Amino acid sequence: MWAHFLTSFFGAAAFVILFNAPKKSLFHCGLVGMLGWVLYVYVRDDIGEAPATLAASLLVGILCQLFAKFYRTPVIIFSVAGIIPLVPGGMAYNAMRRFVENRYDEALQIGAQTLMIAGAIAAGLVLSEVLNQMLRRRPKSIV
Amino acid sequence: MEQKTSIYETIELCLLAGKIMLQSGAETYRVEDTMVRIATAFGLTESHSYVTPTALIFSTSGEQPAKLIRIENRTTDLHKIAEVNAISRRIALGELSAHEAKALLLQSESASFDYNLPMQIFAAALASACFLIMFGGSWPDFLAAFLAGGAGFAASVWLHRIVQVKFFAEFSAALLVGLLALLFIWAGFGYEFDRIAVGSVMPLVPGLLITNAIRDLMAGHLVSGISKGADACLTAFAIGAGIAVALLFFH
Repeated sequence: MWAHFLTSFFGAAAFVILFNAPKKSLFHCGLVGMLGWVLYVYVRDDIGEAPATLAASLLVGILCQLFAKFYRTPVIIFSVAGIIPLVPGGMAYNAMRRFVENRYDEALQIGAQTLMIAGAIAAGLVLSEVLNQMLRRRPKSIV
Repeated sequence: MEQKTSIYETIELCLLAGKIMLQSGAETYRVEDTMVRIATAFGLTESHSYVTPTALIFSTSGEQPAKLIRIENRTTDLHKIAEVNAISRRIALGELSAHEAKALLLQSESASFDYNLPMQIFAAALASACFLIMFGGSWPDFLAAFLAGGAGFAASVWLHRIVQVKFFAEFSAALLVGLLALLFIWAGFGYEFDRIAVGSVMPLVPGLLITNAIRDLMAGHLVSGISKGADACLTAFAIGAGIAVALLFFH
């Protein structure tokens, strides 16, 4: 498990360097990436890939909203780092590799799975945004 | 705003801010939101923006004609997104005049990456090696993924500079990654081809694009979503094909 903590932290932080993230947010980016990935790995075997991805990306989304509010920066800076480890890049690669090897039935299966997981990530992020908007609006409606 | 800002100037400002954001890979809604916010701050209450990955249209309900800007190349540059966002916040608070805002935007547009190329290559290599471990690879393969990932990223940066066709640059970079991984295994330096290859192509894989595409679709930005999805599929295909061709040499 410690290997997952370590590699996901450095993996996420290194990845956002490629996206030119501001230097002062690198640590937080690594942190978000690590927490999302650790939750994913922790629940993956119990509830399956797509639900685990949904849970992890929801956690990432909530953390990002908090960081974004606290540091007054766009959410995307942290969310990119958080979802990069979850993104089904390896799976997309596997699907495409089977396509080029003429193994179409397997390729379609893996491709559909890839889309499901990408959808789960997007749904988790959108859900966190919706939660954020609901919480932000509530005080206004009471007043 | 104390001094009057002409409508033309405001439109130019909105388009500049939108262009920088879109070129830096901001979400579609953020680009539209920023432009409308700036327009409102300078007194243009009725404005419409239409944002796709390749072009940006902004119109006001006044006499000024709608303007269109073509977006040629897109990268992901989070620093620029953060900067333009901060500038638009200050505009909305009335802290900046149109003239000052334009100067700041132009300055951030021409800013280069915070990290130099060797640093980026090192980051790509480190990320590749870390992803190898996260995807269930073993530590003996760490160095192989580190080298192959770094080389693949360096090659893709270099190829993007000399060839205009994105597909070809990605294909060649993935081919190089595949060949290097095979070489490492042949030399007894690496063990699992699949895991080394998946880890090493991660800096090239359009994972972010796939997710953004679905997010745009969910948010109702249908045109952006579909075109980003097509872009992502093409890149994924280029990478898969590159690795597959490398495997062909092996068989």
